[in-house]
Amino acid sequence: MAILTVQDLTLGYESYVVAKDLSFTVNSGDYLCIVGENGSGKTTLMKTLLRLKSPMSGTIRTGDGLEKDQIGYLPQQTAVQKDFPASVREVVLSGCQGRCGRRPFYNRSEKQLAEKSMERMGVSALARRCFRELSGGQQQRVLLARALCAARKVLLLDEPVSGLDPKATSEMYDLIEGLNRDGITIIMISHDIAAAVRYATHILHMGEHVFFGPKEEYLKAEAGSRFLQQKGGEQDA
Amino acid sequence: MLEKLGMYLQYPFVRYALIVGVLIALCSSLLGVTLVLKRYSFIGDGLSHVAFGAMAVAAVLNLTNEMLLVLPITIICAILLLRTGQHAKIKGDAAIAMISVVTLAFGYLIMNIFSTSSNLSGDVCSTLFGSTSILTLTKREVWICIALSVAVVAIFILFYNKIFAVTFDEDFAKASGTDANAYNLLVAIIIAVIIVLAMNLVGSLLISALVIFPALSAMRLFRSFRSVTICAAVLSVFCAFLGIIISILAGTPVGSTIVAVDAIVFGLCYIGGKLFGGIHA
Repeated sequence: MAILTVQDLTLGYESYVVAKDLSFTVNSGDYLCIVGENGSGKTTLMKTLLRLKSPMSGTIRTGDGLEKDQIGYLPQQTAVQKDFPASVREVVLSGCQGRCGRRPFYNRSEKQLAEKSMERMGVSALARRCFRELSGGQQQRVLLARALCAARKVLLLDEPVSGLDPKATSEMYDLIEGLNRDGITIIMISHDIAAAVRYATHILHMGEHVFFGPKEEYLKAEAGSRFLQQKGGEQDA
Repeated sequence: MLEKLGMYLQYPFVRYALIVGVLIALCSSLLGVTLVLKRYSFIGDGLSHVAFGAMAVAAVLNLTNEMLLVLPITIICAILLLRTGQHAKIKGDAAIAMISVVTLAFGYLIMNIFSTSSNLSGDVCSTLFGSTSILTLTKREVWICIALSVAVVAIFILFYNKIFAVTFDEDFAKASGTDANAYNLLVAIIIAVIIVLAMNLVGSLLISALVIFPALSAMRLFRSFRSVTICAAVLSVFCAFLGIIISILAGTPVGSTIVAVDAIVFGLCYIGGKLFGGIHA
């Protein structure tokens, strides 16, 4: 049973179409990577999946008991966060907000959940530190811990490794892979095609040639090989 | 000097001024952190000019209770400003600047054309700088102010966690099912109420100081949202209290004295933050 079914989706702003005729399904336990050139509508797609913006046409159906507020989200960092005075614990705890509903304060089980998420991401020792003073890799792990507080089944990650050094990048991928092995469905936007191919079970390639399918097929398909070649060329150069 | 102070404190109007001043300072500091971080530092200025314009209209219409007109108009403008801030064609700062000057000009124009008072420039000056109105409060005004302050503080405490979540990351809050727009609306209404209240204390022109200085000072020293908020509230109350006392003893204008104290405290916090690298709590 698919937890997410997208049909004939067209994305855009006002009258400008960013991407059209997207159709794909995500099953529980999948690891979907969304790849494609800049401007192909990856982030717009993710915002639409989160219902932060509405699609121009097409439908998104959730199934398998997935509710709107059970999707965890790791957004690209905003400018506000660069000088926001907030401790790591405060940031992680704010991920429980969706569970709170109209209740004004966090209860004990939510606080425990936050502690557990921090432990799982290895940031418990930083709990009292100021978020903006952490390194990029630490910040991403804190935001991932926050996303875990909101996620029961699905995590959406928007370029989780952009701006990280190689060591932090591979740590981040390991953490994400571990979460996927524990049964959390992962949907990730990535520029890093090599990592996408290594970790993902499914690939959605956006752009002129839209491709969706298991990664084995993607590797054989034209869109993928061309993209890989380009990437290879860039790395050689 | 203490004797002189004791003598002044026997007058009810001095006590009223102290109570109202401290309460307004407390309320205005609470949302300061949120507004500074959302790049809305100048919303205090913009909205207080709106309130100035509305007051001019109320004065011309000869309304007995001008609050009935001033508060709704200010709230509507606050909502419009904070709403358009998100994805607007005219960005937040430009919109604030626009509304701010238009209502200021409009208010002065109306007062000038329809004025019944003989001392027009005096009236305008006291609305802009709040020079005397805080010392002429009636008992009823003091009670209104106490009631509104209690409401503001209570709402802030109840929604503290939501306000944090929405300020820190609006998209994430929305995605996890928090109604971010509703809380932005709430912040807009609260800030409008505070500004209308605070106009009595420091007047239209200096109001931004009450909103942003305590937050900026606290951000030099502390590193977590909760401690910054608490520190801002404490600093703001301290500065307002000290400012009013000094102005009574030295005979200086209340509003500008408070702002001067706020500015000096900010300087001290800035140096303190540099020296000690902040308090990690």
